[in-house]
Amino acid sequence: MANVPEDLHYSKDHEWVRVEGDTAVVGITDYAQDSLGDVVYVELPKDGEQFAANEPFGSVESVKAVSEVFSPVSGEISGTNESLTDQPEKVNEDPYGGGWMIRIKMSSPGEVDSLLTAAEYEDFTKGDTE
Amino acid sequence: MVDFGGWDMPVQYPAGTVEEHLRTRTHAGLFDVSHMGEFEVRGPDAIPFVNRVTSNDVTKLIDGQAQYTALTTPQGTVIDDLLVYRFAEDHLFLVVNAGTTDKDWEWINSQKRDESVELKNLSSEYCQIAIQGPDAESILQKLTSVPLGDIKYYHFTEGQVDGVNAIVSRTGYTGEDGFEVYAAADKAEQLWNKMLETGNFGTDTGVLPCGLAARNTLRLESAMALYGHEINEETTLLEANLGWICKLNKGDFIGRDALAKQKVEGVKRRLIGFEVTERGIARDDQEIVINGERVGKVTSGSPAPYLKKNIGMGYVPKEFATEGQQIQIDVRGRLVNAQIVKTPFYKRER
Repeated sequence: MANVPEDLHYSKDHEWVRVEGDTAVVGITDYAQDSLGDVVYVELPKDGEQFAANEPFGSVESVKAVSEVFSPVSGEISGTNESLTDQPEKVNEDPYGGGWMIRIKMSSPGEVDSLLTAAEYEDFTKGDTE
Repeated sequence: MVDFGGWDMPVQYPAGTVEEHLRTRTHAGLFDVSHMGEFEVRGPDAIPFVNRVTSNDVTKLIDGQAQYTALTTPQGTVIDDLLVYRFAEDHLFLVVNAGTTDKDWEWINSQKRDESVELKNLSSEYCQIAIQGPDAESILQKLTSVPLGDIKYYHFTEGQVDGVNAIVSRTGYTGEDGFEVYAAADKAEQLWNKMLETGNFGTDTGVLPCGLAARNTLRLESAMALYGHEINEETTLLEANLGWICKLNKGDFIGRDALAKQKVEGVKRRLIGFEVTERGIARDDQEIVINGERVGKVTSGSPAPYLKKNIGMGYVPKEFATEGQQIQIDVRGRLVNAQIVKTPFYKRER
């Protein structure tokens, strides 16, 4: 059973968002890392780059496949997890902690409200597997 | 699970591709490759017939020996790559790829002339389980009285495995020592479970079941061709560096004239192996760029779990096909530096 922390927001593309003031911290969910398998490469944007909601901001590669990761909210990159360059396995080991990917300064913080709650995301992933 | 030539197959088992790959290199991996196709060729003309439709020299085989070869078009391109097993002078057994089984079957039948041979498609009657890796022999030996140490590489014997009649072949697609076991399809589950149990599946050094992804990365590290990637009906054996299974002096075979001509004139492009030299992973079908020109494509690209490098194979014009040549791969719009290296990327210590 995938871990879905209560206090986060979720996208249907399997990213999570932790709101810290006007900043969103974004990563991929436990369910997503488990489906991908061993992550061997993470490509992230540079500080200052701008993304609209649902726009791809980077990619995650397992041995077998490449998957794009999408920004759940609109805004400007204010930090990235550079440790993933050398330790991409953190995405598998600690997807909600050491595996975080980007910090994004939200241009429309209200977008968070349209994301899924933990309970809604859990239902969503169940539908995905059945 | 993914569809693979009409078969539902796992991309990976719970341990994951990297662990499956490493365990096969260090201990043992188990592969359910029952999707492969099997044809039987019997009759007094079995050898001359198969020799005419394949590129390697079937007359060189002795009873109990297997050979890697190809079904070739009149243009010298590849309909499929396969193994030919010789049971007797009048009895051969062909093992072909799953996705090409129907095509191969039609082709072989259409090429039959007045030869006295009887062809049977036994694909649905056989399962095939491969146990590969340094511990493969000791695990399998616990299940059979066949003296496995006496079977040389690319040789086989008939015997019982866990009481089941089987063909035991010292062959594989991983670059490791190991065996491929063929038996009646309804025995697949028994053999699979028994090999896992005997191989201490569940312990840190035990056998691991391996999915399609590990099968692919293992063969790629060993620079073995995969049909539909390195070889297909657009690539000739010589371009694919498979001249060693192309016996131009054995007498006539389909594609011989075209291959002989290409050998004299020289190929225009050649399959090479490369290593990515900066951050980035090359993937199948991405373009190869040399001196700013798009000159070829990646046929297989992936991280190599054992070598811990990002590697690939692909075609480049012959003049660039030399070790040390700098190339670039167009990885989704970003040009990533790579270098042509010697293949195989991985070779086990013997």
